[in-house]
Amino acid sequence: MARRSRKASRRHPLATVVLIAIGLVVTGGGYAAFSSTTTATADTEITSQAVIDEGEKLFAANCATCHGMSLEGTDDGPALIGVGAASVNFQVGTGRMPMAMQGPQAMQKPTQFTDEQTLALAAYVASISPGPAIPDESLLQADGDAANGGELFRINCAMCHNVAGAGGALTEGKYAPELTGVLATHIYEAMLTGPQNMPVFNDDNLTPEDKRDIITYLKYIENNPSPGGYELGALGPVAEGLFAWIFGLGAIIGLMVWLTAKSN
Amino acid sequence: MAHDEVSGHDSAASDSSAVETSRAASTGTAVIASDVVNPGEPPHRKRVTDLDPKKAKHAQRTVYTLFYLSIAGSIFALAAYMAFPIEDGDIAAIRLNNLFIGVGSALALFGIGLGAVHWGKALMADKEGIDERHPIRGTQATRDRAVEIFHEADQESGFGRRTLIRNSLIGALVAFPLPGLVLFRGWAPQDEDPVELLSHTMWKKGSRLTLDPSGIPVKASDVTIGSVFHIIPEGLNERHDLLEQKAKAAVLLMRLNPDDLTISPGREDWSYDGIVAYSKICTHVGCPVALYEQQTHHLLCPCHQSTFDVTKECEVIFGPAKRPLPQLPIEVDSEGYLVARSDFNEPVGPSFWERS
Repeated sequence: MARRSRKASRRHPLATVVLIAIGLVVTGGGYAAFSSTTTATADTEITSQAVIDEGEKLFAANCATCHGMSLEGTDDGPALIGVGAASVNFQVGTGRMPMAMQGPQAMQKPTQFTDEQTLALAAYVASISPGPAIPDESLLQADGDAANGGELFRINCAMCHNVAGAGGALTEGKYAPELTGVLATHIYEAMLTGPQNMPVFNDDNLTPEDKRDIITYLKYIENNPSPGGYELGALGPVAEGLFAWIFGLGAIIGLMVWLTAKSN
Repeated sequence: MAHDEVSGHDSAASDSSAVETSRAASTGTAVIASDVVNPGEPPHRKRVTDLDPKKAKHAQRTVYTLFYLSIAGSIFALAAYMAFPIEDGDIAAIRLNNLFIGVGSALALFGIGLGAVHWGKALMADKEGIDERHPIRGTQATRDRAVEIFHEADQESGFGRRTLIRNSLIGALVAFPLPGLVLFRGWAPQDEDPVELLSHTMWKKGSRLTLDPSGIPVKASDVTIGSVFHIIPEGLNERHDLLEQKAKAAVLLMRLNPDDLTISPGREDWSYDGIVAYSKICTHVGCPVALYEQQTHHLLCPCHQSTFDVTKECEVIFGPAKRPLPQLPIEVDSEGYLVARSDFNEPVGPSFWERS
């Protein structure tokens, strides 16, 4: 009796699921509609005064403490003279800026601004101190020559970022980050502007086509399985040795114990 | 332990050991303490497969199943070879080919091995046998006879008496490996002085600094502050000994704020407006040093973490390297391209015996 009445008082067991589904569809659909309309207009408005004004407000509230009200820099942060839009889009778009604290290097973290806000900041900084612009979409399609990109990557990038883009250690707590899962725009901007301790690879060193080829190579190795089997993080002898010593030697020891044990 | 009593030779073990032993133990056996009571062999315990015919049947099934599994593994490997061929140009195919042939072969070998061992342990006759340990030292008679044989051989051959024959034989044996040793010389370049080769690179006055790998010459105006260019000498790509030359001549080109550079006397005209060129070959064991940090101006070698400070003419600030990286003196030619003023003023790379 008690069980039945309790059951009757409750909603249909699927009610929660349906409710969640409706909620997701409404919010997701609403967001999609909203963001698609804003990106559609962003292209045309990118350099409009309204966007620059928006960027200026964001800069004054979030960046000026360290970089100065007129980008002149302070004791806590460098001047932003000549940095341009690409640098801002990289630093803010990957969450490295605003920095959480001073340290060996600014860490990648969840972004603090939406794409529109980031572009507004970039437009504002570029309007005051022109520099390398955000790269053209046509160079970011990963449709170049992966073999050429691989050769250029091994010569110019692999010593820090690892031949498979797995990243690596530098001096005094700094490190070159992993390159898998990084947007093509951000890879391009990093090469162009040399964020933090990364050197600059300007268009005379690596032409825009070279940069496109490097992105093609990185996306190729990211999207194609390694022919040699499971990569173990592509970290080389440390990971592979650890696996071999623990599991390979462990299996051998286990077999030896079984081999010499008396049958019962 | 129980069978040590049978080896009853007079022994060196008893007088060399601190533990007092009441009986003779043969050399080569452990010292036996007298106060330990020998517990003897544990009673023989029969296996379940000896006691229970059902279990024996089960073990038999396991063994032949393992052998059948091995056959299945071999057939699987054969099928995988045909089903996952390595196609030309399809790198991903290698992965599946290797994986499935490997799994099949591993199953085939493991099946045989596990089956054989299980057969031996669970089903083959369960008889315990004991092999006696024999003393290592021979009897006195054997030892005396061995010495006698040596003396006899010496007498009969005249090895000790005919010293001219003996010494010439020793001389021949010493001379025999000499040609082999001299042949090692063939590993070094012929008709050229290896020291000379190690001391110089293909950089010379006026050779342009070009991009690796394309060979496009670099203008001073191309090199912006914070840049790093990987440089090879002009004409390297046309050389037949490309790799040998590149291994010595590879250069890293960087531009710093000129105020950041500390320049020692005599090197004032080796750089151009903050553009500096240093050998990429580590002075420790010759790895390519190319991890440049553009803010700290540290140059890190990935092999053993030697760190060089570019602002202080690449002096070593950490790690096993002992000498700074050699600097390539550069200038700008009339067309604005960066060119070398000369070769490096010292041998690049790690130390070698004749390096002065």
